[in-house]
Amino acid sequence: MGARPTSPGRGAAVVEVRDLHKRFGANHILEGVTFALREGERAVILGRSGGGKSVLLRHLVGLMQPDSGSICLFGQELVGLKRAALYQLRLQVGVLFQGAALLDSMTVYENVTLGLRTHADLSESELRQHAAAKLAEVGLPGIEDTMPSSLSGGMRKRAGLARAIAMDPRIILYDEPTTGLDPVMADVINNLVLQYGQRPRVTSVVVTHDMTSAFKVGTRFLMLHKGRILFDGDAAALRGCIDPHIAGFIAGDAAALDLMQ
Amino acid sequence: MIVLRIFGALGRLALRQLEHLGGVSIMLLQVARGLPRAGRYAGETVQQMHRVGVGSMGLVALTSVFTGAVATVQARYQFSNLVPDMFLGTVVAKSVFIELGPVLTALVVAGRVSASMAAELGTMRVTEQIDALETLAIPPTDYLIVPRFLATALMLPAVTACADLLAIAGGWFVAVTTLGVSSQIFVSGLRTFFEMGDVFGGLIKAFVFGIVIAHMGCFFGMATSGGAEGVGRATTRAVVAACVLILLNDYVLAEILSRVVFA
Repeated sequence: MGARPTSPGRGAAVVEVRDLHKRFGANHILEGVTFALREGERAVILGRSGGGKSVLLRHLVGLMQPDSGSICLFGQELVGLKRAALYQLRLQVGVLFQGAALLDSMTVYENVTLGLRTHADLSESELRQHAAAKLAEVGLPGIEDTMPSSLSGGMRKRAGLARAIAMDPRIILYDEPTTGLDPVMADVINNLVLQYGQRPRVTSVVVTHDMTSAFKVGTRFLMLHKGRILFDGDAAALRGCIDPHIAGFIAGDAAALDLMQ
Repeated sequence: MIVLRIFGALGRLALRQLEHLGGVSIMLLQVARGLPRAGRYAGETVQQMHRVGVGSMGLVALTSVFTGAVATVQARYQFSNLVPDMFLGTVVAKSVFIELGPVLTALVVAGRVSASMAAELGTMRVTEQIDALETLAIPPTDYLIVPRFLATALMLPAVTACADLLAIAGGWFVAVTTLGVSSQIFVSGLRTFFEMGDVFGGLIKAFVFGIVIAHMGCFFGMATSGGAEGVGRATTRAVVAACVLILLNDYVLAEILSRVVFA
């Protein structure tokens, strides 16, 4: 257990967060979060619901600005970055949202190719081929012309993942990828997260409170507790941790977390 | 203590309104800055034009025909045999072109379009679809807001022009069939005092009202928070704000146009 700002990884640091603070009114959600992720790592951010995990994830892609602190992606400071530069940086980042966030008014094909259509000079047939390939990769071949409203939860997540990886990003952020799915579909999503995370030069950040999912996909674990990183280490260290908050969280033991009263 | 609470509540209300005013102004500025890039999302604009124009025509047509009919019946009643029937066409046409056509069309379209925009954008906001656009490096203002502004500002004058014609047709029909006024007299009154400036003035109003409708729908939609309840709240606020601003702008424009166009 203990803070470990950096950890050995396969390559250079691609995500660096230093002393990040965020308040919502009187609620101090992030109280000096500090960590760094190296290229190729599959980091899992753990923590209780409402503990600021998703808030932290949104900071990593510039959807939220911190009250203070620093966030660097590929060595470039995100805080205060001009919009054009921020958008350029976002081309390297894919995000799978909790509810997939597919645009309801578009077909799956239009959703998957939305980024490419805007940023790459591809013909319609090339876009079609690209979308078909990405959808096949996530196990959804032939659903290009389906509307998102006709998809099940698991299919929406996979279509959302196809959109997130459409531009072959170097960092993929997953916000609760298995929430609301049955165990089998959760395992399908876990395998996909693992599959993309194992690609060369791809760094994954998974926010979850699903421990089965976390242990399956993660190589590094960060526990967010009361706005701070309470634990930063690998799976063996996490399993062997005796801190009551961490052990209680892993075991899903409300009594250990003093939640029974 | 009670006085403090009252002042506290008033202060919070004032701050909230100022915050809204700031947000509304910022959105207008962002739209102005996004206009040069409007061609990039022309498909979105055309789609919105269809929704605003074609989608609203049925309701607008119904409202317009009855507005023209009622205006004719009311005018005839107020003339009370003191004013010749020839002026019936004049009064109906003038009131439709200058006031009834643009304002009633705008109010009807506001009820439909502002609500629909606020609900759609609000749902997109609470389901993270707008965040998804951001992460794909697609500016939501360029992709969602500018097309809606352009579509509504361009289509409302077109819809109003159709509404004007239908209202006059409704007035003519009632005058001829139930009031016993001959078609020739109604039309001659209409033509004698017809001025193109009246039509243009009305269409300028419609253009401004179009901006107001899109602005309120988009602003309250984008500012939505709090799930389904928040979407409902945003929808109601968008319609109320659009209707109030249409009437307010109508007065301001009436003052300006009476000096410039109608003079």
